[in-house]
Amino acid sequence: MSFAVPSDLEKEIDDRITHYPVSKRSAVLPVLHALQHHFGFIEEDAVEWAAAKLELEPIQVLEVVTFYPGFRQSAPGKCHIRVCRTLSCAMAGSYELMDSICEKAGIDRSGVTHHNPIAVSDDGKFSIEFAECLASCGTGPVCLMGDDFHEAVTDVDGLLSQYK
Amino acid sequence: MSAIQYRPGKEPHAKEHRVVFKNVDRADWDTSLKTYEGEGGYEQLKKALGMEPKAITDEVKAAGLRGRGGAGFPAGMKWSFLPPNNEKPVYLICNADESEPGTFKDRYIIHQDPHQLIEGMAIACFATGAHLAYIYIREEFPEGAEILEKAIAEAHKAGYLGKDIQGSDFDLEIYIHRGAGAYICGEETGLIESLEGKRPYPRIKPPYFPAAMGLYLCPTIVNNVETLCHVKHILEIGSEAWAKTGTPNNTGTRILCVSGDVKKPGYYEVQVGKVTMGELINDMCGGLKEGRELKAVIPGGSSAKVLRADEVFTVGRGDDARELTIWDIPMDFDTLAACGSMAGSGGVIVIDDSRSISWILNNINNFYAHESCGQCTPCREGVLWMKKITDRVVAGKASPTDIDTLEGVAKNIDGRTICAFGEAASWPTESFVEKFRDELVGDTKTELEDDFLNAEALTAAANLR
Repeated sequence: MSFAVPSDLEKEIDDRITHYPVSKRSAVLPVLHALQHHFGFIEEDAVEWAAAKLELEPIQVLEVVTFYPGFRQSAPGKCHIRVCRTLSCAMAGSYELMDSICEKAGIDRSGVTHHNPIAVSDDGKFSIEFAECLASCGTGPVCLMGDDFHEAVTDVDGLLSQYK
Repeated sequence: MSAIQYRPGKEPHAKEHRVVFKNVDRADWDTSLKTYEGEGGYEQLKKALGMEPKAITDEVKAAGLRGRGGAGFPAGMKWSFLPPNNEKPVYLICNADESEPGTFKDRYIIHQDPHQLIEGMAIACFATGAHLAYIYIREEFPEGAEILEKAIAEAHKAGYLGKDIQGSDFDLEIYIHRGAGAYICGEETGLIESLEGKRPYPRIKPPYFPAAMGLYLCPTIVNNVETLCHVKHILEIGSEAWAKTGTPNNTGTRILCVSGDVKKPGYYEVQVGKVTMGELINDMCGGLKEGRELKAVIPGGSSAKVLRADEVFTVGRGDDARELTIWDIPMDFDTLAACGSMAGSGGVIVIDDSRSISWILNNINNFYAHESCGQCTPCREGVLWMKKITDRVVAGKASPTDIDTLEGVAKNIDGRTICAFGEAASWPTESFVEKFRDELVGDTKTELEDDFLNAEALTAAANLR
């Protein structure tokens, strides 16, 4: 299947690029965000496409993709979950939250490593990873369900049911 | 002024002094321009546009506003580092990458009072001569980015941004730039590299300040969200009145974010230095949980050195020297520094006697091991080893000498890196080992079992994160 960017997405991307009148290269992050938002992750062709769009070498885009934890190189589930792992949330039970979500969503995290932090459920509905401090330490444990932020999460069944 | 109604259960504590957070959790408040204008919004920008830019910088300097992002560096001084007779464009960047563990203040400004930030930024841009500005917002605030985009569009339409603002001949565009989940982008030169579309490797110093050479190698001012909001309030009441809040050299208000083992974690805007640690924990946060005792406090974000509950701190010099318990510490920049830690980003993490220090330190070490950018060898290698050692301590697979090794690794990072991440990552380990050595050693084993260095056991330990 060939990689194709829909015209409305390309228009959105072209508009974003105008926010960087001094250097197109500055638009690498916003272009990648737009592509990831649409396609779910950044595949090799997306890197090539972004590089061509910004008149860069593909490696200049790829080095950005591989550095930032916010960019994924493999397909997530339909709803991608990020559970805050850092101290205040951990004190409030974020590891237990992670275990509970995995159990209820049918996600096996045993294959997770530093470079492959994401685990996907068998049915593809959910994927999950730990995120570092989501800056809501007073209301832990917190998580992001896609772009939706949830704090003081206790009812995991209720949380997951909103995204099934 | 009629009393402000806050949402039930969200009323500020009596010891708070709300300035920047005045509109946070208000019952009758929303993020629209109309609401903001209804309470004098953008009036300070209009006033600023009629002033000499230098006079604004002088006001901010006279107020003694210290940066609220972590370093506490005087903001007005930072602005005055712009080179004289500069012919290059000047840029201003708002650092909204809020990612220091324990810190959650900018989140609420962005989500609930975006125009306050935009007005503060616009004033700062006029003062520094910047016509292009970016808000570098962490990617994990998707809703915040949308709210800011909408607020910028509204401000643009109303003539507070764009060309010839309010007929002043001053032009300014502000754009939102979203990060992608990397803590190092909070370091201002790393942030600039990221905004240039690169990996956020912090730049070699000197130059020490991006005001000399920043974005696109042009003079650049980078300020935290809360700092920029204060600029508006300094203009509103004047530097003299503003500096009357807080304490000398620690002027104004700041937002303290409390998390961990207290009954009421949350955000509290206080006059800097007018509230003690004891008042903060016991009065404002409702004290520790039932039956628990204080073990330690991390006072300024996870990078700040830990304070042990039973320490006695000597602050001041000569005749001014006095001893303080942890409860007596006034929450200001200078006293926390004198106590051997820092006020940092205002993130106060409270730890009670139910917690294992090994577990706490290991959680922190996991954070820094994940977030090191990898540019400097002592940091890239050291943070990983600190994590591996505390992984082992937590798993009961460490020997007592591992604690010495841990300390040695930390001390070999500190001071040997391009940016302050090296200190940020090593100070927790240095301070926890110094103050809780017995407990850490207590979690190790003198007689290691046969499975020590057993590959399976080590993998299990490494996968604890």
